[in-house]
Amino acid sequence: MADSVTESVTAKPPVLQLAGVRKSYGSGETETEILHGIDLTLQPGEFAALIGPSGSGKSTLLNLIGLLDRPGSGRLSIAGEETTGLDDNNLTRLRGRSIGFVFQHHHLIPAFTALENVAMPLLVARGRPDEEMYERAGRLLDQVGLGERKQHLANRLSGGQQQRVAIARALCMEPQLVLADEPTGNLDTHSADDVFALLRQINRQAGTSFLIVTHDPRLAARCDRIIELVDGAIVSDHANAIR
Amino acid sequence: MTKIARFHWRQPFEWIAALRFLREGRTQSLLIIVGVGVGVAVIVFMSALLSGLQANLIKRTLSSQAHIVLLPPEEVARPQSGDLATALNLQKQGQRLRSIDQWQPLRERLAAWPEVAAVSPVAAGPAFAVRGDATKAVTLLGIEPDLYNRVVSLADRLIAGQLRVGAGEVVIGSELARDLGAELGDKLRVSTAGGAGETLTVTGIFDLGNKGVNARNVYVGLRTGQSLLDLVGGVSSMDLALRDLDEAERLAARIAAETGLVADSWIRSNAQFVNALTSQRVSSNVIRFFIGLSVAFGIASVLVVSVIQRSKEIGILRAMGATQAQMLRIFLLQGGIVGFLGSLLGSALAGAFLLLWQTLARNPDGTPMFVIGVEPGLVMIAAGGASLVGILAAMLPARRAARLDPVVAIRG
Repeated sequence: MADSVTESVTAKPPVLQLAGVRKSYGSGETETEILHGIDLTLQPGEFAALIGPSGSGKSTLLNLIGLLDRPGSGRLSIAGEETTGLDDNNLTRLRGRSIGFVFQHHHLIPAFTALENVAMPLLVARGRPDEEMYERAGRLLDQVGLGERKQHLANRLSGGQQQRVAIARALCMEPQLVLADEPTGNLDTHSADDVFALLRQINRQAGTSFLIVTHDPRLAARCDRIIELVDGAIVSDHANAIR
Repeated sequence: MTKIARFHWRQPFEWIAALRFLREGRTQSLLIIVGVGVGVAVIVFMSALLSGLQANLIKRTLSSQAHIVLLPPEEVARPQSGDLATALNLQKQGQRLRSIDQWQPLRERLAAWPEVAAVSPVAAGPAFAVRGDATKAVTLLGIEPDLYNRVVSLADRLIAGQLRVGAGEVVIGSELARDLGAELGDKLRVSTAGGAGETLTVTGIFDLGNKGVNARNVYVGLRTGQSLLDLVGGVSSMDLALRDLDEAERLAARIAAETGLVADSWIRSNAQFVNALTSQRVSSNVIRFFIGLSVAFGIASVLVVSVIQRSKEIGILRAMGATQAQMLRIFLLQGGIVGFLGSLLGSALAGAFLLLWQTLARNPDGTPMFVIGVEPGLVMIAAGGASLVGILAAMLPARRAARLDPVVAIRG
């Protein structure tokens, strides 16, 4: 029994695999290459930090991984599915199914309640609301400690609360990979610790992989793996020894 | 499960998002709905007013006219010898007063047509009406009052007496009565160019709303008319009333082809009037079109702004897995909803305008000048049209929303 579980885990493809990914902006003489051939693999259950100075290409890389943008060249696969050649609809579908986003600025939709924001990816995927998706969203809000705020409109919540709603939303589709862009960047230390602890807890409980973009060395130090990007190239990628 | 969730039970995602966005941008939404409403109100009001006005004008015009008048075919001189010189020198022949051949079977036949409401044979011709020193040239019409009344509702237009045209009885117009100084029960003499004449008693005085008709038309019984006009047993024309006014031209052509008679429809004999009505309709359509256009631009501009304001939310929804088609539908729906709600508001406004109009625009005697109302059909057309205009107007902003690059949208 234990063997078969181990086997199925090891048989799982990497949640993320990049090979020789390049990306340029502009064209002709003004063309600038932002990413110079990135190779990166993330296994299921990994909890990694992506660090690097401003302008190093972190956001560009994150947009590519999030399937919000397409690489200029190279190969990119998510959960074992090669993305080159997928049309916009299929990219959107793969993104909705496999990737959860947590942005720096929460990015909730103010016209909807906390509960509806959490259920949004399911609503978008299924096309119509149903009991089950609101139940699941309710459980996730309980999990992030906002069980009492389900019916509050998103813009009536504090920054930390909004970020926790955003995390619940990122988990709604039970994605294999959560991309977090400065998830604590806008929060005070206390809230930041809470939010980070929450991410960690989800990683441990559900085995969800995390890729966390951060400026905060304190935060990076608490991740299992640190990937450093400088001038569009990965300069170091190692397991976190300090931890 | 929750209040909001239950409220939107089973509504598709696009509807929920469209309604929520409209509700969140309350002020904007209200303003544009009122804008659409005013446009729709003007269109509905104008349409109702125009169709009321035109129906009224047509009713008044046709109150003293048949829808189709059948006349005997024109007499044409045919040269006996076939040589060209004779044919070229041929003079046009004057038209005698003649009877329609075999009019009785023809009347039966036409009366059986489903399109024909009534057929009234008439023996009509020129005559003089003499009373004391006054002599007036008139048109003498020998009628069968019951049938004639179904073509021209003469009985309703009497201002004195009744529609009785038995032997020795005559019904005259108000203008002629004044010219001759004749009142009910007075006698007047009617004589024709052929030398026939008869002294008749005035039994009714009518006002058909047309001065010329009131001065000219003199109604007697069909028999009296026939004998005075030397048309014994015959009729000079047959007046037809139709069930559908607009069919007159088509039906006239058909009758002419089948019977060889001359068939004049009211549309042809009032060509200028009909032309005026048509140009009135055309100009109102032009106005309607431009109102529709400005409504469309209004909706489009509000939605363009809304797409810009919501670009971040659009980007988030796209990142959540919403497809371009879903984003497109959300904004098309907003346009449609705004158009639909605006049309309901506009129809209500138009109804209020029309009520006001009817209390203000009155005949001298206090009755409404003409009765018009907002018909359910018109409201439905307005609602459908405005929703469609809304959707079309939303096309451009919706495409912008759908094509928004989520990366740029989220960062912005």
